[in-house]
Amino acid sequence: MTNSCTLIGRRNMAGDCEKKPVLEMMQADGGDEGCVTYVLHNEDHTLGNSLRYLVMKDVDVEFCGYSITHPSESKINFRIQTRGGIPATEPLRTGLTQLNHVCQHVLNTFQARVDEFKGNQDQSME
Amino acid sequence: MGRGLCTRVNRGDKMAAPMSIVEEIRTRVILQEFGVKNAHTTDYPGNYPGYDDSWKMADFKKNFRIDIVDMDENTMEFDMVGIDASIANAFRRILLAEVPTMAVEKVFIYNNTSIVQDEILAHRLGLVPIKADPRLFEYRDAGNEGEDDEEGSEIDTIKLQLKVKCSRNPRATKDSADPRELYLNHMVYSKDMKWVPIGNQADVFADINIGPVHGDILLAQLRPGQELDIVMHCVKGIGQDHAKFSPVATASYRLLPEISLLEAVEGEKAERLRGCFSRGVMELEDRDGKKFAKVVNSRLDTCSREVLRHEDLKNLVKLARVRDHFIFTVESSGVLPPDVLVTEAIKVLMTKCSRFLNELNTSNME
Repeated sequence: MTNSCTLIGRRNMAGDCEKKPVLEMMQADGGDEGCVTYVLHNEDHTLGNSLRYLVMKDVDVEFCGYSITHPSESKINFRIQTRGGIPATEPLRTGLTQLNHVCQHVLNTFQARVDEFKGNQDQSME
Repeated sequence: MGRGLCTRVNRGDKMAAPMSIVEEIRTRVILQEFGVKNAHTTDYPGNYPGYDDSWKMADFKKNFRIDIVDMDENTMEFDMVGIDASIANAFRRILLAEVPTMAVEKVFIYNNTSIVQDEILAHRLGLVPIKADPRLFEYRDAGNEGEDDEEGSEIDTIKLQLKVKCSRNPRATKDSADPRELYLNHMVYSKDMKWVPIGNQADVFADINIGPVHGDILLAQLRPGQELDIVMHCVKGIGQDHAKFSPVATASYRLLPEISLLEAVEGEKAERLRGCFSRGVMELEDRDGKKFAKVVNSRLDTCSREVLRHEDLKNLVKLARVRDHFIFTVESSGVLPPDVLVTEAIKVLMTKCSRFLNELNTSNME
């Protein structure tokens, strides 16, 4: 079982200067790059469920699920299995990008509607 | 075939236009007497033959809309339509636990002769919401615990002071029993927490009064001779760490209810049917001299399922919720206006995605 950890330092609130892994990849099958379990640190249902939904919407994904290993540890196991030998990083990357775009669209729509509402409120007050 | 082509049930009509079973499973959560059906999202590619359920950004943008129902300085109610529950829930969870605020973290008690214990008082001080824009501050690097206790730079700390001494009122009448007359400063309110600017904070925040959001929070009660001399450091934090950092009084959502009548109901039954729902949901309309029940506004219903408790009424209506229509209610604790909180929450989710995208990209380049 290959266990490759990406060690990239991240600024966290606790503030210690250690480099902590944010995303690890644990490949269960020796040669198959399409079935991978990722370990996402410091995440919970917030990102896990929304990312799972968007990855499942990808046609190439045969299986996608996440689980919280233990409630005392803040990390999730995120598993992707693809069809057709596509490496599992592809749907993961697509899912994250799409979630980003969804949030951007929601943000733009929300801000436009808030400005509109405030404009209407000011008008009716005059 | 996409989501746009389903037969929508006609709300407001006395009889429901039949919706195909498949459309119902895909878009409605059915509330039954002993359970809730179709609660999970099932429209993933491959589940329904003949439907293309893969993610199409253009379709999402077309179907998505936000309607702001009500907004004032502390509360806001808005509708988010056309989004999945997992993302709406992510926004709710972030609003509660991951949007940062400033709150009292370190309490230096130089003198506390009041009847309230030190730790109880410190706990109460921590829960007071502090009106300071957290976006203008940074997280404090708490790497050196114990070393830099008394310091805190101007970019990450707000210093507040509480100095109250209770004394006897010399001008009180001889036989009054009212503590308000007898004593001076016997009630310690949050308005007594005074801001002490550090460094260049006096210039940067010259026009904003940094301090507690509400001045009328009772912190402690004193009697003559007792005093409080406390210095507090406020830092930036998130609700996941401690609930005092949560910026919302609460943030919640509910799904839009949908009540459809399966047959015409008249007379006394219509009256009883109307009584089973919240006020304003169902009205009686006059037709040919008889009163018929009609669904007027199912949004007002609280979905208590009272109608399912009556044997003769439960087969006349169908209770459902629209799965992708979320009615959000966000109530801020006063630190930031609710619309700013929602935008910050969306940005936090975007930051999470970018962080993992960067991780993936940098690890690929190695």
